[in-house]
Amino acid sequence: MSASFDADFVAQVQAASEQNLALCYQCGNCTAGCPYTFAYDIPVNQIMRLVQAGQKHKTLTCKSLWLCATCESCTTRCPNDIDVARIMDVLRHMARCEGHAPERAVKVFWDSFLESVRKHGRVFEAGLLAKYVARTGRVWTDFDLAPRIIPKGKLALKPHPIQGLGEMEKIFKRFEEQGGCL
Amino acid sequence: MRGHSFAYYPGCSGLGTSMEYDSSTRAVCKALFVELHDVPDWSCCGSSPAHTVDHVLSAALSARNLAKVESTGRETVITPCPSCLTNLRTAGHRMEKPEFRARVNSLLDTPCKGDVQAKSVLQILVEDVGLEMIAASVQKPLKGLKVAPYYGCIMNRPPEIMQFDDHENPMAMDRILAALGAEVVPFPLKVECCGASYGVARKDVVARLSSKLLDTAVGLGADMMATACPLCQMNLDLRQEQASQHSGRAYSMPVLYFTQLMGMALGVAEAELGFDKLCVSPDRAFEAMAASTIANKQSERGSRV
Repeated sequence: MSASFDADFVAQVQAASEQNLALCYQCGNCTAGCPYTFAYDIPVNQIMRLVQAGQKHKTLTCKSLWLCATCESCTTRCPNDIDVARIMDVLRHMARCEGHAPERAVKVFWDSFLESVRKHGRVFEAGLLAKYVARTGRVWTDFDLAPRIIPKGKLALKPHPIQGLGEMEKIFKRFEEQGGCL
Repeated sequence: MRGHSFAYYPGCSGLGTSMEYDSSTRAVCKALFVELHDVPDWSCCGSSPAHTVDHVLSAALSARNLAKVESTGRETVITPCPSCLTNLRTAGHRMEKPEFRARVNSLLDTPCKGDVQAKSVLQILVEDVGLEMIAASVQKPLKGLKVAPYYGCIMNRPPEIMQFDDHENPMAMDRILAALGAEVVPFPLKVECCGASYGVARKDVVARLSSKLLDTAVGLGADMMATACPLCQMNLDLRQEQASQHSGRAYSMPVLYFTQLMGMALGVAEAELGFDKLCVSPDRAFEAMAASTIANKQSERGSRV
């Protein structure tokens, strides 16, 4: 393990998250409260340990990063005040930039969401779902919900674009120009 | 009577899947003399997808709106949605650091100073309007209605950012519901996550987490659940059948926004409360409540004779 210790990775996570990783002493409180452990391939306390041990590849390729809902249970309950959820966010930023996304459908959903925001200024729910279906090929996604929601007249069939669409486009464009990974 | 006035950020779902939250919030605020001024040309806060991509981008999407509020001279913006709230508050918190603020402003046309405070509608109803005022405004008490209050995961967490109520056992909604005359069920999973925005990509995850909440509400004998979050409401109501399929138990639990219940108790016109927008109808629970109220009145009269 020591041969694969990546000191730069540890330093990057510390800097981007503004957290002191050495404070984690593996009490396991984060995992005890995490509602998503059943779906994770690596529990959050073990992710903390992997980062301390500089295990970049194993950390950035795990599924858990894409299943964390940022419910803030870990952050709220950490006895050493480590913002664990922020570290999870930082790790998925890095995973995204390196091209890892083992829960592809989740990434496609998030990407489609942000594209909707970029295009209309506000999320267009029906358009977002259509884009997600087109990209994943999961044509039966939430098909069962259609007869429940359509009669309620809640699903807008047209976007509600804002006036400042140029401003929105520039936010995303400048982000990309500054080296951000979308 | 002195009223209140706030900038109002409706959030994208208010235009669609949570339109009854938006309309009932507006109606309840009006009834309680709270003036709402929509943030001019507001845009999406970026919600969860933005902060999973980058924290500066996420803050910029929120800061565009905070800058709009600043331009109106208002100091506080309120929003019904906890996801919008957490983004607006986190952006404000991080922008206290000049270096971070400069990076955010480098993405914006109009720089944001970061001195506007974001609060939830729930918070101003409890803290600014006050429980006494709410109780005094009740026209039709929700007597006999057993309600399980569900806050969701991020209304109060993390406490350093949200600065409102207790992060393990929040009570704001409990107290409002009690002030309306409802019987509040002590709900132990108040801050447990419902599955958040994974409904589309991983509905198995949402079905499992939501069925745990529904099981608990059913087990406690609740007539309905009250929520303050569009995503929680959608997972528990629209996706209730998916949860039923997961657990093998057929649920029939109405899940309302707390503002809908407030509106009902305050005598707001039903058209503004959007009960017909709910997938699981609350009608039966309301009818049972009305029947028990009549029965109680009759027994009171009987005992007086």
